[in-house]
Amino acid sequence: MSSKANILEKIKQNQPLSVSELPNLGFLGLENFEILDKYKTVLQSIGGDFVEVSDYDAVIDFIKKNYATEKRIITTLPELSEIAEIDWMNDDSHSLKDVALTIVKAHFGVAENGALWVTDDLLGQKVSVFIPQYLAIVVNKKDIVSTMHQAYDRIGNQEYGFGTFIAGPSKTADIEQSLVLGAHGARGLMVFIMG
Amino acid sequence: MKIGLFVPCYVDQFYPKVAIATYELLKKLGCDVSFPMKQTCCGQPMANSGYEHLTKDCDANFIANFAEFDYIVSPSGSCTLHVKDHLSDKKNEQLATQIRNRVYELTEFITDILKIEKIEGNFPHRVGLHQSCHGQRMLHLSQMSELNAPFFSKPEQLLSGINGLELVSLSKKDECCGFGGTFCVTEEAISAKMGQDRVKDHENQHVEYITGYDMSCLMHLEGTLKRQKSPIKIIHIAQILNGM
Amino acid sequence: MMDHSKAAEIFLKDEERTDWHNETLWFVREKRDKAAFQIPDWELLRETASQIKNNVLSNIHKYLLDFEENAKNNGIIVHWAADAEEHNKIVHSIMEKHGVTQMVKSKSMLTEECHLNDYLTEKGIDVIDSDLGERIVQLRKETPSHIVLPAIHLKKADVSETFYQFLGTEKGNNDPKYLTEAARQHLRDTFLTRKIALTGVNFAIAETGEFVVCTNEGNADMGVHLADVHIACMGFEKIIPQRKHLAVFLRLLARSATGQPITTYSSHFKKPDDGKEIHLVIVDNGRSTQLGREDFRSSLKCIRCGACMNTCPVYRRSGGHSYHNAVAGPIGSILAPNLDMSKNADLPFASTLCGSCTNVCPVKIDIHVQLYKWRQKLVKEGYTPKSKTLMMKGMSAVLSNPVIFNLAGKMGRFVLDKMPGLVSNGFNPWYKQREMPAPPKESFREWYQKNSIASKVRNNEQ
Repeated sequence: MSSKANILEKIKQNQPLSVSELPNLGFLGLENFEILDKYKTVLQSIGGDFVEVSDYDAVIDFIKKNYATEKRIITTLPELSEIAEIDWMNDDSHSLKDVALTIVKAHFGVAENGALWVTDDLLGQKVSVFIPQYLAIVVNKKDIVSTMHQAYDRIGNQEYGFGTFIAGPSKTADIEQSLVLGAHGARGLMVFIMG
Repeated sequence: MKIGLFVPCYVDQFYPKVAIATYELLKKLGCDVSFPMKQTCCGQPMANSGYEHLTKDCDANFIANFAEFDYIVSPSGSCTLHVKDHLSDKKNEQLATQIRNRVYELTEFITDILKIEKIEGNFPHRVGLHQSCHGQRMLHLSQMSELNAPFFSKPEQLLSGINGLELVSLSKKDECCGFGGTFCVTEEAISAKMGQDRVKDHENQHVEYITGYDMSCLMHLEGTLKRQKSPIKIIHIAQILNGM
Repeated sequence: MMDHSKAAEIFLKDEERTDWHNETLWFVREKRDKAAFQIPDWELLRETASQIKNNVLSNIHKYLLDFEENAKNNGIIVHWAADAEEHNKIVHSIMEKHGVTQMVKSKSMLTEECHLNDYLTEKGIDVIDSDLGERIVQLRKETPSHIVLPAIHLKKADVSETFYQFLGTEKGNNDPKYLTEAARQHLRDTFLTRKIALTGVNFAIAETGEFVVCTNEGNADMGVHLADVHIACMGFEKIIPQRKHLAVFLRLLARSATGQPITTYSSHFKKPDDGKEIHLVIVDNGRSTQLGREDFRSSLKCIRCGACMNTCPVYRRSGGHSYHNAVAGPIGSILAPNLDMSKNADLPFASTLCGSCTNVCPVKIDIHVQLYKWRQKLVKEGYTPKSKTLMMKGMSAVLSNPVIFNLAGKMGRFVLDKMPGLVSNGFNPWYKQREMPAPPKESFREWYQKNSIASKVRNNEQ
């Protein structure tokens, strides 16, 4: 017998005699709070930052004022082609190692933990949100939900090859519990809350 | 209702004052309480060391001594818990179960069965309440710090009527003292260190007394305090409630 | 191999360092409390997670088959390993097939359990752990002491010394920002050059055939997305039924572990890119045996958050290495005896059964109850010293017989009073750091006999 068959046979013999029921998730995530306020507060507490913008022109303005635009900036958003490259998506992923800032859009945000949900179709290349020195993500104000329960309701049966929740910049506290931002991923995360 | 006084083995032999205070307190509160003379030990020291199978004689003796009582009350959280969880008699499991349902630790007996809210008295001292683990987390004598749940405390509630008693707040509200039964000698270094840390938490609050509902914890803390030649004294909650 | 009590005694010799270790971990417990108390749903979440995992364990055969089928349909290559040896062989074979001799790893306690690094190194594979804490202990040739905070036993001066030796940082520069930056630069090159990246698995979803990897650093993603081959290793108990259940677990995991609302990255891997491969290795290594142990089965619900370690007063004062097991602390003490009863017989006794662990566990494993039950089992199977058994038999005889009990008590009090040196000496472990109780003149029952008879007589006279 193969290992698979052996393992499954052992499992079949050893698992309990009856199947216990799955619980109802319907009573979770029903807390009432001001969603946008909560999102902003939590995002800042986890080392991220935000700026409320009305449209992509405002994003462009902000980036021009606050980032070194002579450095390499890439984006998946054609609206930002003025300040960022948009045709890098078929390049070798390793060639993105010198990117200073990546700007993408998220499907939605989650207020209780400041996270943003992105999938591979929004990333251009999967590594694009991990490899840059800094990361910026655009999310529509109306697309922020309250808790992870609403988040997975929204994801539903969405097809993707890869998806991730990004909550703030990369971080570690592995050296004597001192929090340091920018371990291996982005050193900072700016969220453009649009609308 | 007839109440059987269940005195932990080491309290009977080494801390009789605690049992006397318990006995007198229950009588003051109007209870018909007696002490079955042939009781011995609940078996916990063996059971917690992995030798549960050697406690059959202790169980049988316990049942023989306490079967006749409506309630069995003990000034010990951990002994009460052990009987509640483990008392067994293969020949008469029904009786064992009935007895398990009738065993109470002293403070919960006063609040839940006698339905007395607080006890009047005087104890004008700064006191730390050491919340012994088995009584707190398993008998639910008070809310534990781990849970996101409303606060309550049966011992504190009873102490709230004692005039002059200043209950301090500890930095680790319900950390274990480190006694743990035979753990106190099999893992001596950790046990001693945990006791010292518990004492230090109380010292930092400048208490005159450390109290609690489990003499085993208090015995371990007392051993530590005496070794450090500390002026802090140990007193069981029964003694405070009984008016020493 | 030293047993826990001996290792703990050595750890405690440096009292200042023990206090620092203790307070550092307590600080993490406090962060967990803060996070938990902000969620009104918290206890309901724990109960829900517990029930989901109970359902998983009761139906795991079906879930694993569903998961494999769905994963395969996604293009994931699924392997099954009966034990650690087979797991290591499979991982190595994937590397050999691709002719690759370098690997970048993100944190996987399963691979620690299987001693994968040692195995691969012996086969000439260069393995680099990319999680900062793991990289630090790897350079120091140590094992992680905590499943979430691998280097929690090290001070920044220790890290500084290690980085000075291996990464050429400034000697004596202990600044965590400086040291983390050095690690970032050093590991960036690793990410950019490795063709094969290995990760653990936090959750595998039966319904969709995808799996989730949670990190704060982004090291798993950096390794995987720049490599051609992603190898993911998981114990089979990591399965959960449906995607929506992730909401429950992702709300609990980071809050329980470090007090964060969620890890920075919660990456869901479903399909490999064109031309790349994702391999998933499903491992048993004793788990199916634990599944069959009714008393201990629920230990397989563990989501490896480490909350039990942070709260455990014994773990905080003895350090993870005292447990001589990849997973230490309370959860380690109920998992390890299943793997090797002889080697790990000491672990269930390294506890006062205080119950704190059970009450911080996000999936409500009754850890302290299982510690008690393992003690019974280990004694029955003969894994405790004969001397202890003899002593317990003696104790039982004394403590169950009223006449002998009274006599023994009287003798004990007499000796303590008149010949204290017989008891209060170096042979008595209690006496090492504590005074013995003062012997009272009479026992309670002696008092009761006198006084209650006397009071009865008095009552009769009145």
